[in-house]
Order: sequence, then structure tokens, then C-alpha cells
Amino acid sequence: MAVAAAGAGSGPWATQEKQFPPALLSFFIYNPRFGPREGEEENKILFYHPNEVEKNEKIRNVGLCEAIVQFTRTFSPSKPAKSLHTQKNRQFFNEPEEHFWMVMVVRNPIIEKQSKDGKPVIEYQEEELLDKVYSSVLQQCYSMYKYLQTLHLQSCDLLDIFGGISFFPLDKMTYLKIQSFINRVEESLNIVKYTAFLYNDQLIWSGLEQDDMRILYKYLTTSLFPRHMEPELAGRDSPIRAEMPGNLQHYGRFLTGPLNLNDPDAKCRFPKIFVNTDDAYEELHLIVYKAMSAAVCFMIDASIQPTLDFCRRLDSVVGPQLTVLASDICEQFNINKRMSGSEKEPQFKFIYFNHMNLAEKSTVHMRKTPSVSLTSVHPDLMKILGDINSDFTRVDEDEEIIVKAMSDYWVVGKKSDRRELYVILNQKNANLIEVNEEVKKLCATQFNNIFFLD
Amino acid sequence: MPPRSSRPRGEGRSLQHRVGRGYGRWAPPQPDAARLSAEDRRSRGGRGGGVAPGSGVRAGPRAAVAAAATTTVRAGFHREPRSTLAAALGAPTAVAAPAMGEEDYYLELCERPVQFEKANPVNCVFFDEANKQVFAVRSGGATGVVVKGPDDRNPISFRMDDKGEVKCIKFSLENKILAVQRTSKTVDFCNFIPDNSQLEYTQECKTKNANILGFCWTSSTEIVFITDQGIEFYQVLPEKRSLKLLKSHNLNVNWYMYCPESAVILLSTTVLENVLQPFHFRAGTMSKLPKFEIELPAAPKSTKPSLSERDIAMATVYGQLYVLFLRHHSRTSNSTGAEVVLYHLPREGACKKMHILKLNRTGKFALNVVDNLVVVHHQDTETSVIFDIKLRGEFDGSVTFHHPVLPARSIQPYQIPIAGPAAVTSQSPVPCKLYSSSWIVFQPDIIISASQGYLWNLQVKLEPIVNLLPDKGRLMDFLLQRKECKMVILSVCSQMLSESDRASLPVIATVFDKLNHEYKKYLDAEQSYAMAVEAGQSRSSPLLKRPVRTQAVLDQSDVYTHVLSAFVEKKEMPHKFVIAVLMEYIRSLNQFQIAVQHYLHELVIKTLVQHNLFYMLHQFLQYHVLSDSKPLACLLLSLESFYPPAHQLSLDMLKRLSTANDEIVEVLLSKHQVLAALRFIRGIGGHDNISARKFLDAAKQTEDNMLFYTIFRFFEQRNQRLRGSPNFTPGEHCEEHVAFFKQIFGDQALMRPTTF
Repeated sequence: MAVAAAGAGSGPWATQEKQFPPALLSFFIYNPRFGPREGEEENKILFYHPNEVEKNEKIRNVGLCEAIVQFTRTFSPSKPAKSLHTQKNRQFFNEPEEHFWMVMVVRNPIIEKQSKDGKPVIEYQEEELLDKVYSSVLQQCYSMYKYLQTLHLQSCDLLDIFGGISFFPLDKMTYLKIQSFINRVEESLNIVKYTAFLYNDQLIWSGLEQDDMRILYKYLTTSLFPRHMEPELAGRDSPIRAEMPGNLQHYGRFLTGPLNLNDPDAKCRFPKIFVNTDDAYEELHLIVYKAMSAAVCFMIDASIQPTLDFCRRLDSVVGPQLTVLASDICEQFNINKRMSGSEKEPQFKFIYFNHMNLAEKSTVHMRKTPSVSLTSVHPDLMKILGDINSDFTRVDEDEEIIVKAMSDYWVVGKKSDRRELYVILNQKNANLIEVNEEVKKLCATQFNNIFFLD
Repeated sequence: MPPRSSRPRGEGRSLQHRVGRGYGRWAPPQPDAARLSAEDRRSRGGRGGGVAPGSGVRAGPRAAVAAAATTTVRAGFHREPRSTLAAALGAPTAVAAPAMGEEDYYLELCERPVQFEKANPVNCVFFDEANKQVFAVRSGGATGVVVKGPDDRNPISFRMDDKGEVKCIKFSLENKILAVQRTSKTVDFCNFIPDNSQLEYTQECKTKNANILGFCWTSSTEIVFITDQGIEFYQVLPEKRSLKLLKSHNLNVNWYMYCPESAVILLSTTVLENVLQPFHFRAGTMSKLPKFEIELPAAPKSTKPSLSERDIAMATVYGQLYVLFLRHHSRTSNSTGAEVVLYHLPREGACKKMHILKLNRTGKFALNVVDNLVVVHHQDTETSVIFDIKLRGEFDGSVTFHHPVLPARSIQPYQIPIAGPAAVTSQSPVPCKLYSSSWIVFQPDIIISASQGYLWNLQVKLEPIVNLLPDKGRLMDFLLQRKECKMVILSVCSQMLSESDRASLPVIATVFDKLNHEYKKYLDAEQSYAMAVEAGQSRSSPLLKRPVRTQAVLDQSDVYTHVLSAFVEKKEMPHKFVIAVLMEYIRSLNQFQIAVQHYLHELVIKTLVQHNLFYMLHQFLQYHVLSDSKPLACLLLSLESFYPPAHQLSLDMLKRLSTANDEIVEVLLSKHQVLAALRFIRGIGGHDNISARKFLDAAKQTEDNMLFYTIFRFFEQRNQRLRGSPNFTPGEHCEEHVAFFKQIFGDQALMRPTTF
């Protein structure tokens, strides 16, 4: 298992080389039934990105995919090809609904080296892409289709496989206050069908079912919130309604919907989402309202068009309460942080995921920015994590994998009853036993309140 | 009626004594009274047997006239002139209370009144506030005295010689000694203690030329004489048939008032009668408390203001002694009506004006205190209002102003019961005249109709109040202070969760918070008591008392049994609301740091499961809203087939409990996770004590030979370590597994004993 990673010995990001991360080359959706006859091939194509590509090339590419899938079906009728590896790129196929195909073509990462004569030499890093990561991304594209998300293929990793939800740690009392708040708001604004509550981009409460929440969460954290971050940073998030007479000063504002409630012509248009996809589609308006770091999603039936009056009422009901609640949470969070002690930076980083509640926790990733999710470890280590995950997927039983990576790094993967833990340790000259001990310690401190076998 | 000050004092005093004491009668504003009484005299002069308020009086001046005319007539309770008039005169009687359903009356007279022979010329009636006894004295006692108390099944009856008109008659506490005042200088005593002589003995007041205004028993053998020149505190020595003066104090006394509950006597001094001097009595000691002055309302020059005895009452409200002063509407000021001023009379320190109850009406009033509520009866409208000084009022920096808790209502109409063998079915009950001018009220809750021969206790009915007080928060504040509140509160809770009367969540939250506030106070008191007992303070401090659990303490099982369990069963309730209510109750308990009982959590789980809201349940558990417990973990385990993650949740919970390791092993074995079970038990260091057979059984069931091998080998090694031999002992009952092992892997695979 131990992988002698590329560029071992030299530090990551060697000086002479130029690196290009993987990139999206094209993305298209087609249905072979829509243009079965010759000359009508164009009808098969429902979507093609980039759109500027010449028509015949589009048709050719679609035809190629059709052919590959058809060809591989010969060997495995129920599971045709999922991906096609080539030197320069990799294609992923997904058939989310019968006869509807989504294809994503990703260019392999490139390293541009200076050859001895000074000419640039391009090396395609064929092995760097993990099938599982990108096929997960492709599947999510289907789920997220309604959200029109932008793809950021250069930063996909293990977390994209999980599609997890990061939960905000909170004490019981504050949590109950939030419950109480949500119940009251749903009572007084009775067209609200579901509510979700987030703080610091982490989930606290979801009235939606898990799978719906997973998609909504992805949309919020990778698309909606990042888009609104910049105005906040610019300090425009001040109490905007202070000048309105008779209105309590609060920090609430709409992230979707009307920007200015005082403007009588303000548009009350909200994005629509589909939930409960298992049995029946339910179409909902998504109202996202935020005060300081607390964001609440109110979902109302798409058949009801929210009016400006409704928005004003929501603002007056929710704004002041949410402002108070947000500062309560902040205060409680700081108390808890102080109580748990300001430990110095630990010697390890980890990623945790629980398949049962989709809870994920990562000390590997920095805060997500609009365009990239930054990791604090070398991509090679991330790739090892992906490999371990593929191994875990193959068997049902609990297992543990320990990998010695470059220089001082150890990577440990543990799987116990639908939970996965990946630990990256950086300890000089540590041996297997010491690493094992270290991970045990980590479990005892970080995961002592769950049943996690060691 | 001449102005009060010109009333023949001597007579007034002596009359007063007779009947207990008396704030009792209707207290009208003074100028009115004067006018009305004059009229009254004219119109009703001939009527005998008027009811005197207060003290077991004989006749007031008017009655005295009558008595003079027909010398034999001796009326019992006589109405004091000023108040008597009333009934008839003003319009008020005509103002009938609006028709209302029974559910509207929140005050009622007790069902079983004390019945006594009505006051008439030969039968004098006296009331003793200390023992709450009514004395019916016929012919000065010669033809019998009948004493009835509210709790007495058997009335005391006896005879005594008619040695003259009885002015006042009272038993000492526990009915040990009878004291009878027949003259203005002396009091006669008679022992009612077995083995003691029953011959009467007499005590004259010590102060020369003083007249005895009355006397009060402060214990079974201690008595206070109140004279117009001071008070004298005596110890009665029944076996010696004599009294010993313990203490006395000289001052001019206009009138006095006694509060038996707190053993405080209030003396009115000075010309305006408005300086009050309290004395406190306890176990042979008499202590003088700081005197205080009642501010009299401004009055026209022509009438000289004075503090009337009937405008003063003393009562204990919420454990504190208050002097209640009925301040009539003064025409010179622009006040909107009469008010009751409450002066707090603390055990130590000065008396302080604390509360003002705004009556917003004028006329004749009477006061009672029932269940810590001040009840103000208004004769003109024949209605009453109640005040609760614990409810929030308007505080102006020194005094709190209160308004009536509820709209004014009449006391519930009352039918005079037909008692005795004469009660035949054909006789229909007679409606009783309420707010009659012949009523006399005594503190705290007594209403007497001497002319009809009834003594009632006034009672507050809580059920009707529920609908009269729409503000649920205030309603709860009110109910939680009442004695018999439990079932009413529970019904309020049920009602606010019912489909038709559903309250909003913030209101429900407020109600729960108020309940739990009381509950927590009690839990804290219990805890500090338990800690004090543990620390052995119970012996050193006799003051340490186990906290009393009042009806206002509604614990989780009360709310669960009477409110929530029925509520969640209601099919028509939207489940969102049901869950919101349960969570609100749990939130409230948590807010008051009360540990939530597992049956409430089970209720939440049950409701969530019924509506397939497993993800919600998962989130609640994730944030530990539903506290860990073995029953809860088992419940989760049983849900696994409906919701697979429940298994993980259950295991996590068992792990956190740290007392459920056996259960964890069982769960894992039942899932055929033999190796995991073994690793777990080894991790916690319990692997030396587990049954090998149990694990081998489970391993065999998996039909995984390699697993069986591993487990078998583990136990062989354990045997080796513990006993120096890898063989199983007969007690472990593993023969079958050894045979199976040999069959699969051969004899040679068995571990060989090793020696180190």
C-alpha cells in the first residue's frame, strides 16, 4: 500500500516545475433516444459545456461516449463503463435516469518541466485523479442540477466523496433555544414548511430529510454563502434598519429574495428547490435569511408566492430573535472553546465521516472560499486518503489501514460501524506501534463519546 | 346619627366588647354614613335584633332605644348604627347582579356553615376570632350556652348562672378556661379542665377608674385585658383559681383589634385615633412594637377626621402581617375611588406602607382575606373583587398599586340548606340574601349572619377564574399561589393544548417556565434540606424544617400523567405542534436545570417514530437533547429495523453511560460481531472474566471457521495466562467447542501447554 509519492525527497511544489491542477474540459448531457436517426444527432444533446464548441465536434464526442458505453455493456450489461482513462484526460459517465447520460471530461493534472535544453516538457499525471472522487462529483452534479452550481474540479478530494455535513458543536441548552425559535417561527409564519438552521456555515438543525439536506448544504456552503461573503467582509453587514422607525435594531437580512425591504418594487423572487425526491418531487421556494453568523433557510411551498409583505413580516419576526440567538450561540461557543482549553496545535490532522448522519469533521481543510477549498496537506497525502477510502468501500467489515507516506508522514485509516476516520501524523522516526498508540489517544480524546472500536 | 366623636364613648366601648372584635361591619364613607344613619333611624327604628358587627355586641344606640322600650328585649348581634342602615337605603339592593352562569362566580360561601340559634331578644350571640367559635348565650347563660366552632362536630354546651348581662365571652385556647365579662371592671373565669374546680373566680382590672374594653386570650392560660387606659397581661393559674399580672402598659386607648394568628394586639391612641400601637405576645412575654400613624384622607373642615375601627383590619397575607386600612374616597382629592392601604407590620422594625389596592368605586365595603387574596365586598353593587399582592402591580418607588385581578362578581348565590329532621322534600331551599346589611365579616375569611344564624367561610373557586383571566402568564402567577391549585393548573395546561383553545407556543413556553420555576424552587429547598440533614445540622438547628410541598409544585410525572400523555395521543393534533410542545417542556426543564425524566424522552421518541421523523430523532440525539439512559438505549435498539442508524446511536449511548458494558457485548454478539465484542471487552480490561462459551457459541454461529479459530485461540491463550494451561476447565462447558475445533482444524492445532 505504501506509496512512494511523486517528488518524494524534494519538498512538495518543487521549484523548477509548473503545476496545473485538473480542470474541466467539457460537460454534457444527452439522451440517445432523442435523435436515433442519422442526421438528427444534434437532438440528443440537451446540454453542452463549453457551448462554443463546434456542432459536429459536440456530436462526435457524444457519439464516442455512446459507443464506449455500448461497447462496455457487452462485458457488463448491468454496469457499463463509469470512466475512461486516457493520457490527457479522463471521462466520467453517469446515467442518473434511464437514457439520460451525464458526461464530464476532466483534464489530468499537468506538470510542466524545463528540459535540459530549456524547452518546456509537459507531463500528464494520469494516476493523480481518483475515479471515485470524480464520479461522486458527477453524481452530485445531478443532485445539484437544480442549484446550478459551479464546478471547482481543481479542489476535489475525499470530502467530495463523502458529501458530508459539518455540524456545529453546541451545548444542549442553546440547541433547545434554537428549537424553540424554529418552532415559534414556523407557528407564526405558517406557510413555512421546513426550516434549516446553520451557524458559521455549519448545520445545527434540518427540518428536511437527510438526503435533501445534504444537497442543500452543499449548495449553501459552496455556492450561496461564499457569494455573500465578500460584502460581509467589506463591512456592509451593519445594522441596516436602524433608521427605520418602530423597528427593533437587528442584523437580519435576506440572502435570497428582496435586497431592500423599503423599496416597494423590490422583487421577491427566490430560488426553487426540489426535495423528497424519493417518492414525489416537492417544489419549494428557498428563503435564506441571515443575522451575523446565523443563517436560517425557510422553505415554503412553490405554489405560494411570497409577497413583499410576507418578507417584511418575516424580517420583523425573525430579525430581532435571530440576532439575539446568534450572539447567544457565539457567546456559548466561546465559553465552550475556553473550557476545552487552548491546546497547542496537535501533531496530527484528521478527517472524520459518519455515514449514518453524514457528519464530517476535518482539520485538514481550511475554511472554504468561493472558488477553492484549501487543504493544509500535500495533495499526495490527500490522494492516499482517497485510496484508503476505495479500499474501505470494497469490504463491509471494519478495518484499519496504516500507510507510511513520504518522509515523516503516516496515514491511518480506520473504519468502525459506518464511521471512517483518516489521520495524518507527522512524527519523526515513529514506528507502527507508536503510530497505533497515537491514534488510540486521538480517539480517546476526540471521539470518547461515541462507540468507536480501537 | 351624631358624628362619631360625639357618640357616647362609654356605651360604644362596652357594646363593642361583646362581640368578638370588630372590624366586621360594612364600612361606609363617613359623611354618607352620617346622613344615611339618620334616615335609617327614622325608617327602621322599630326593628329589633339588628345585627351588630364585630364584637358580640348588644344593642347599638338605636337598638338600645328599642330595648329600653321593651325591657326584655335583648338583641344579640347588633348592627352598629352607621352600618346598619345600609341595606335598605341606597339604591344598591336594586342593582341586581347580571345574570350569569354558575361558572362565572369565583367566590362562594362554604357548603357547610356553622349554624347557631339566631340572635333574638333572649339569645345573645358572640363570636370569638381566636377560636373561631360562636357562642349562643340564652338568658345570660341560665338556660344554656352553646359553643360551635367550624371544625367542631360536637358543640360544647353548658349552663351558667345569670349574673348579669354578658358583654363578652371567650374560651382560652384549647377550650381550657372560659372568660366572661359582665361588668366594665371585671372578668369572670371558669375552669373547663377536668380535676380543677369549676367554681368561678374573678379578676378586676388593675388600673384605677379604667374600663375594660375587652380581653383576648393569647394562649391556653394567658389573657390580655384592654382597658381605656392601657393593657394588662395576666397569667391564669386555674388550680389556684387566680390570676397573676405579668406585665402592663399605660396609654389612652380608643379601641383595639386582635389578630390571633400572629398574636398581635393593635391599640388606637390619640384624639384622631389614627396612631396605632401594636403589641406582640409570645410565651409569657409582651413586647411593644414601634407605633405608626395611619394617614387619614383630607376631610372637609366641618367634619373632624378620625380613624374608625371599622376601616381597619389585620390579617396575614403570604405569611406577613398587614394592617389593612380602607381609605374612603375623599371628595377633596381627585382620587377615583376608595382604596385599601396595606401596612406591613414586620416582627421587627417599623411598619411600612407597602401596597395600595385601587377599588375604583365608592360606597360601603367589607374585607376578607382568603387564600392570601384580599377580597373586597362592595355592598352597593353586591359584588366583590379580589386582589393578589404578589401579582405584578405598578410600583412608584415606595408603594405598589394593584388593580382587581378579575372583574367584579357577586358571591355565588346561596341556598340556605334545610337541615335537621324537619327537612322534608317538599320544602324548597330558601335563597339566601347576599351582601345583606346584617352580615358581619371577620378576618380572615368569616362571614356571619347573626339574624339567620349562620357562620360561613368564604372560599375562592379557581375553575371559573381560568376563563376570566385571558392572560395565561398572569393566570399561572395567580394560580400557583393558591392552595388548591394543582388540578386547576393541570386542566389549564390541558386546555391550552386542546384543539379548540390552543395557545401559541410562546404562551405555552411561559406557562411551562412558571411551573418549572416553582418546581425548581422546591427541588432546591429539598436539596439544601437533605444536605443540612446529612451535615448533621438537624440536631443543632431546630429551625431546620423539611420543605413543604405545596400543590403548586407540579413535577414531571404530574405533567406527564395529566397533560402530555393524553395530549400526544390526540390524533387530530398536527405532529409538528405535538413535538414543539414536548420540546418546549424539555427546554423549560433544562433552563431550570432540572434533570429530565426518561419517560418524557420516550414520549418524544414515540411521537417522532410514529410520524417517521427519524432524522429529527437522530439530530436530537446527536445534540444530546434526549439524555442518555439504558432504557432509552434499549428503545433505540428496538428501532433498528425501522431506522438502521438507531443501532449506532444506541451503541454510542451505551458507551457514554459507561455502566452498560455487558449490554454492549450482548448487542455486538447478537450482530455476530464477535471480534468487535472481544476487542471492546479487552479494551476496557474485562476479558479475564467473560464466559468463553458465550463467545465461542457466537463465533460458531457465524459459520466463519477462521473467526472461530481466532476466538478459540484467544481463549486458549487466556487459559494459559490465567491457569498455566490452554485447556478449558469443565466448569466452562466448552467441550462441544473443543470437539468442533478438533474436527475442523485437527488435534494438532490445539495449543500446547507452554512453560516459562
